[in-house]
Amino acid sequence: MRHVISAIVENKPGVLAHIAGLFAGRGFNIDSLAVGETEDPMRSRMTVVARGDDAVLEQIRKQLGKIIDVIKVVDFSGADTVERDLMLIKVAASPDRRGEVFEIVEVFRGKVVDIGPKHLTLEVSGPEKKIEAFIDLVKPYGVKELVRTGRIALARGA
Amino acid sequence: MPDRNGAHILLEALKAEGVDTVFGVPGGAVIPLLDAFYDDEDLRFILMRHEQGAGHAADGYARASGKVGVCLATSGPGATNLVTALATANFDSVPMVAITGQVKTHLIGNDAFQEADITGIVRPCTKHTYLVRDVTRLGEYLRAAFHIARTGRPGPVLVDIPVDVAVAKTGAPLPDGVDIPGYKPVYKGNRRQIKRAAQAINAAERPLLYVGGGVVISEASDLLHEVAVKGNIPVTTTLMALGAFPEDHPLSLKMLGMHGTAYANYAVQEADLLIAVGARFDDRITGDVTNFAPNATILHIDIDPASISKNIRVDIPVVGDASDVLAGLLSLMEHRDRKVWLEQIQAWKTEYPLAYKGDGLKPQYVVEQICEASRGEAIVCTEVGQNQMWAAQWYTHTRPRHFISSGGLGTMGYGFPAAIGAQVGRPDAIVVDVAGDGSIQMNIQELAPAVHEKIPVKVCILNNGYLGMVRQWQELFYDRRYSATRLLGNPDFVAVAEAYGASGVRVTRPEEVRPALDRAFADREVWVLDFAIEPEENVFPMVPAGEAIDRMIGGMA
Repeated sequence: MRHVISAIVENKPGVLAHIAGLFAGRGFNIDSLAVGETEDPMRSRMTVVARGDDAVLEQIRKQLGKIIDVIKVVDFSGADTVERDLMLIKVAASPDRRGEVFEIVEVFRGKVVDIGPKHLTLEVSGPEKKIEAFIDLVKPYGVKELVRTGRIALARGA
Repeated sequence: MPDRNGAHILLEALKAEGVDTVFGVPGGAVIPLLDAFYDDEDLRFILMRHEQGAGHAADGYARASGKVGVCLATSGPGATNLVTALATANFDSVPMVAITGQVKTHLIGNDAFQEADITGIVRPCTKHTYLVRDVTRLGEYLRAAFHIARTGRPGPVLVDIPVDVAVAKTGAPLPDGVDIPGYKPVYKGNRRQIKRAAQAINAAERPLLYVGGGVVISEASDLLHEVAVKGNIPVTTTLMALGAFPEDHPLSLKMLGMHGTAYANYAVQEADLLIAVGARFDDRITGDVTNFAPNATILHIDIDPASISKNIRVDIPVVGDASDVLAGLLSLMEHRDRKVWLEQIQAWKTEYPLAYKGDGLKPQYVVEQICEASRGEAIVCTEVGQNQMWAAQWYTHTRPRHFISSGGLGTMGYGFPAAIGAQVGRPDAIVVDVAGDGSIQMNIQELAPAVHEKIPVKVCILNNGYLGMVRQWQELFYDRRYSATRLLGNPDFVAVAEAYGASGVRVTRPEEVRPALDRAFADREVWVLDFAIEPEENVFPMVPAGEAIDRMIGGMA
């Protein structure tokens, strides 16, 4: 079972290493980890996608909560949330086939962020499934490089 | 506030926290810190001979006194030598603050001389760490370090102070208190959960209290006693909790687990309610988790939510301090006599007592005599291995904070420096280190500060010429192939003691044991007693690793 766990942490050196070390040391599996400053510059939010059964996930939440620099831990599973991945993908598209790629980008409400004689760099955001569907569709044109942020998430409502 | 430097802020903070002793070893990066100690009359600096010894001494001081232990080491190798001591304290929830020197802030990360990323190295084996880059924050971090070390589930906190921060000046006052947003330990148990727990206890026919070190830390022994007596609930303790419930009480089942008593382990397997208090279901307790307490509802009281349902699924969790929760339970519990259950337990006690056989100088006998000669009042520190288990089994533990041992990490070399620390924390007590001939050689250099500072610990070496516990496993599970466990080349321990200025005696016959102990305990000097015990004596009973805990071998009459 995959869970999206969101942790508000102190924005200071060593916290990311501490959390990464916790996952490695206790053998917890993570699919992605995204970190960034919050509305309060003293705090960061870490969004972790982790896998395991209920007992493992309970331990992950509790062990994260024990870290002094972790202020709050929420498991978003089952909660009403907005989740997004962001991807930048460099596609090898010759000028004659660009039209087809543009159409796909439009359907996915993505953006063209860089363009050259032999490539297009595209930006797509959305839930994981949408990102993966997009990759599948542009694969035939030749994917040169891609980068993904890992999941970020917020609960819906005030 | 007049300007003062980082070193003076350190001293000011230590005093404000009630520290009277620091155990440490100097080095280049802490010269400014030590300079501040030079003309201070209130703080005692005990110069240990190895940083590991300093760390364990601070740990033993903390366990014996209940106060925060403090150690100090220099940067680089000094700091890395503390790692084992920090991991030991972390595992056993010991409140400790370690101060380390660090290279100058502008050199950090530059591979400077004697540089180590010590906060990075010890992060997984401490409760928290601080690297102080700014002298104006030093007071705040030190205050926070002590607060974190002693509250909640206690543990070691390391504060790393670069040389330039130690000499930098500031007028910033020491803050009165600290507010750490991510750290709010829960002391008060949830009332609804306590009610559920009390109902389960009142309804149980075969309840058993399984008590861990949390009861000692919470100073909850008296409450535990009241709970046990009111409900006629038998009590078994972990190694960490020996003495939390008096073993001469009829409700005591002594220790459980791998080398626990048969009757404690049988009681676990037959209980219909297991009441775990400040214990964490370690594998040395549970053996095979799928066959642990198979008939019991599990009630778990612990201040650390992460300990609950980690190894064993808990039916009734109560997060809180043992004292608070036990007091709550006591008010809701009804008196029960539980005659049938107690009769069953008495029958097991009669049928399967702890026992040893044979003539010669038996380690069990030596430990019994240590108990009698000290009237059961000694603070018993141990090393790790057979010596530790014999001390646990054969001394009658009746008081909390009187059994000091590395339980979780299992650190050989812990006992002697811990005994030094314990004696400093409790100057009037008889402090004994029950050692093996292997373990004692891991920190034997600390005889120097013990003698010089007149810290009169009594080292009792149960000398069998082997790394005994490993040899025992080799005998039982590896066809007596004693690979690398025979300790050839041991020194004459009496001569070693005398070379350091301590007193020593070698004991080879049972009738010499008591006179030697009486003489050493009556004397206010450091003693090394070298007991030439039966070389191949084993610790029994024993549950082979991974087996269910009622599948014990050996040691029953």
